[in-house]
Amino acid sequence: MADTDVLTRVKKIVVDRLGVNEADVKPEASFKDDLDADSLDIVELVMELEDEFNLEISDEDAEKIQTVGDVVTYIENHKS
Amino acid sequence: MGLKGKAALVTGASRGIGKAIALAFAREGASVVVNYAGNKARAEETAAEIRELGQEALVYQCDVTSEPDVQEMIKTVSKKFGHLDIVVNNAGITRDGLLMRIKEADWDAVLNTNLKGVFLVTKAALRPMMRQRSGKIINIASVVGILGNAGQANYSAAKAGVIGLTKTTAREVASRGITVNAVAPGFIITEMTAELPDQVKEQMKAQIPLQRLGTPEDVASVVRFLASDDSNYMTGQILSVDGGMAMQ
Repeated sequence: MADTDVLTRVKKIVVDRLGVNEADVKPEASFKDDLDADSLDIVELVMELEDEFNLEISDEDAEKIQTVGDVVTYIENHKS
Repeated sequence: MGLKGKAALVTGASRGIGKAIALAFAREGASVVVNYAGNKARAEETAAEIRELGQEALVYQCDVTSEPDVQEMIKTVSKKFGHLDIVVNNAGITRDGLLMRIKEADWDAVLNTNLKGVFLVTKAALRPMMRQRSGKIINIASVVGILGNAGQANYSAAKAGVIGLTKTTAREVASRGITVNAVAPGFIITEMTAELPDQVKEQMKAQIPLQRLGTPEDVASVVRFLASDDSNYMTGQILSVDGGMAMQ
């Protein structure tokens, strides 16, 4: 059930940071289009995720992150 | 005690304007990180004076031109105090000469410390500040970044760069409750200006409406204002502390 765990933790951070409803934080939700995040929000989100999952997300990788699902996949692939 | 409980980092705080700022903060009740690049003994002296004022001081060696070192410094500081409220980008050097005589290495050294250093420290410090949704960044620019000064092409370019950087950073992080302002000192009596010949100092004085060179304390009191809640509605501003040299 590792997947659920990552998704739950990501959801919590997204809800905290962006002040959105948990129900809207679906894997297919786009940060910019569906969750109203601006570029600074995304920088902050990446920062939080780095701390929460103890990993470093490079700027190149961060740019590719568009949806909640992208984040979960990235973390699953890079978890230490 | 307007800065009670605040944690402040001052780069280049072993002497001159940086030291005066560090002490001014301590007098207002802040804990101060005394950053220095090379002069450990003088940095320890600054720290000792802060402790005499009853405040906590941490001496931290770090060359602001190195990103990994800067990141490590900010991490250490925010861990130690649990927050980082004030950052003063003060560290600076000069390598004066007429433009036609400035060597590439002297250009690079001044731009690296005086401009890139501000960028690196700001970038690292914004991390804890964005998280806590508050913070005050104060950059030390210079009157020569506004007016220019023969013999300081590198220094004036770097300081003009600091002014642009201040305004851009202020715009980027304003929505997170972080303010970014700069102080542009005029001719201030420090070791940096002490090297100048008396004749040059007299010429400088002649350009100053208030008819005297400034003291590090003249600058520190304005920085203290920008670090305090008294300036909460100001961001992206460049305050000249130069005896009236550059009137805007």
